[in-house]
Amino acid sequence: MRDAGEAIAHAHREEWARVVAGLARRFGNLDIAEEAAAEAFATAVAKWPVDGVPPNPGAWLTTTAARKAIDRIRRENKRDVKQKAAQMLYGDGKQEPADEIGDERLRLIFTCCHPALSMEARVALSLRMVGGLTVAEIARAFLVQETTMGQRISRAKAKIRVARIPYRTPSAEDLPGRMPGVLAVLFLIFNEGYLATGADSDPIRPGLTAEAIRLTRLIRTLMPEDGEVAGLLALMLLTEARRTARVSASGELVSLSEQDRGAWDAALLTEGHQLVRERMAAGEAPGRYQILAAINAVHTSAESVRDTDWRQVVALYDQLAGLDPSPVIALNRAVAVAEVDGAEAALAAVDGLGDKLAGYHAWHATRAELLRRLGQSERARAAYDKAMELAGNSAEIAYLGRRRAELG
Amino acid sequence: MRYLVSVIDDNAGLATPAEMAAVDVFNERLQAGGHWVFAGGLGKPDTATVIDNRRGHAILTDGPFLESKEYMAGFWIIEATDLDVALRLAAEGSKSCNRKVEVRPFLTDPA
Repeated sequence: MRDAGEAIAHAHREEWARVVAGLARRFGNLDIAEEAAAEAFATAVAKWPVDGVPPNPGAWLTTTAARKAIDRIRRENKRDVKQKAAQMLYGDGKQEPADEIGDERLRLIFTCCHPALSMEARVALSLRMVGGLTVAEIARAFLVQETTMGQRISRAKAKIRVARIPYRTPSAEDLPGRMPGVLAVLFLIFNEGYLATGADSDPIRPGLTAEAIRLTRLIRTLMPEDGEVAGLLALMLLTEARRTARVSASGELVSLSEQDRGAWDAALLTEGHQLVRERMAAGEAPGRYQILAAINAVHTSAESVRDTDWRQVVALYDQLAGLDPSPVIALNRAVAVAEVDGAEAALAAVDGLGDKLAGYHAWHATRAELLRRLGQSERARAAYDKAMELAGNSAEIAYLGRRRAELG
Repeated sequence: MRYLVSVIDDNAGLATPAEMAAVDVFNERLQAGGHWVFAGGLGKPDTATVIDNRRGHAILTDGPFLESKEYMAGFWIIEATDLDVALRLAAEGSKSCNRKVEVRPFLTDPA
């Protein structure tokens, strides 16, 4: 027999979102779905080590959770019969048109990522309802008090209920408008794990990057035809592959040029490169995540920084700037320009962005590196100082400090 | 399910004839779609009177209960199956009256 603890952990990973989504559909209420799912897993923790792991853990959890939900509704019905009856009716789902996409977990994802909710609320709700993280875990990941995070999630659930945010996947017509919001939530979770912003947090939090990848994989399974989902997954994999090489033993950020490329995760790179090739073969105009993934594919295909096809990187940034003319993309393009046209041309481009990016640490850090290459140590030092003042990530500050110290 | 769609104004201007015409078209669409409940424009905040009769003698205060640059200039009450439908209608409403709008659900009557 399998170890019960392992079976529970596995079932939690694989079944949590399905159980919550099924209950939410059946009972039309996220609160009930979440609590009943949590109770069912708690029951599994108590029972499986004693009674053994059931032959179909997913079905056992679904049945147990449904029973818990019904118990709770019966208890509450005594208090508030009409209210619950109205909610049950609404959650019945019969009046809704057939879904464009089948899986119930997608309904859950689109509801948690509804554009009428703040980005903070979407991130927290998605991690709780879809990812199955506890409120305490989410609070820790975002460095807020558990009560604060609990209130954030409760408020979001109450808004869904009271304002009647529908529990369904968007129509084919609305889907293109809703997808970017979902992908933005996943990318934000990933980035918070990859380059934590808080000064007191670990510089890299693999729990969050792994969770973002897991959720993106799930959406990819549910929407295999969507190019941007594939692009975002590829981007995450190619970034995650470099994770261990990115921070030194002493907790300092290691720049791309200094990273030990042998330490990169070959399996993740292979999978990411494969996805990028698939998207290129699809022959559709790529969106921003596909282009970002392609840029990362160019970097991770090269033996060294010198061997990198920088012209290709610049061309991809040009393509990206066409979709999104943001100054941050122009800044990243300038870094590639330095390798093709030299530091002087790049510095001119970077200086041109000053009025928009003067409050952004990466703008100062990029200037510092370019000034250093041009031998302007005094100005480089000042730029490093400003970058360190604005940066939030401890590993990044340590890196900038070392680079500054090297100037003598 | 009913929603209050408040029109938020910040420039103290009355609707232009073109805006009024666009609002009329939108109102007809609301009625044709079965979404119409009620709508109206409001006098400016400085025409408001606040009354507090909690202690049995009504105290009147000249002006709105909240002084702010932005204020509610009018509203629609609409009927919609869910927030997605309400937001789509509110987006059309915002365009027609050329102002920001706020969408707020009525508490559902359990009966």
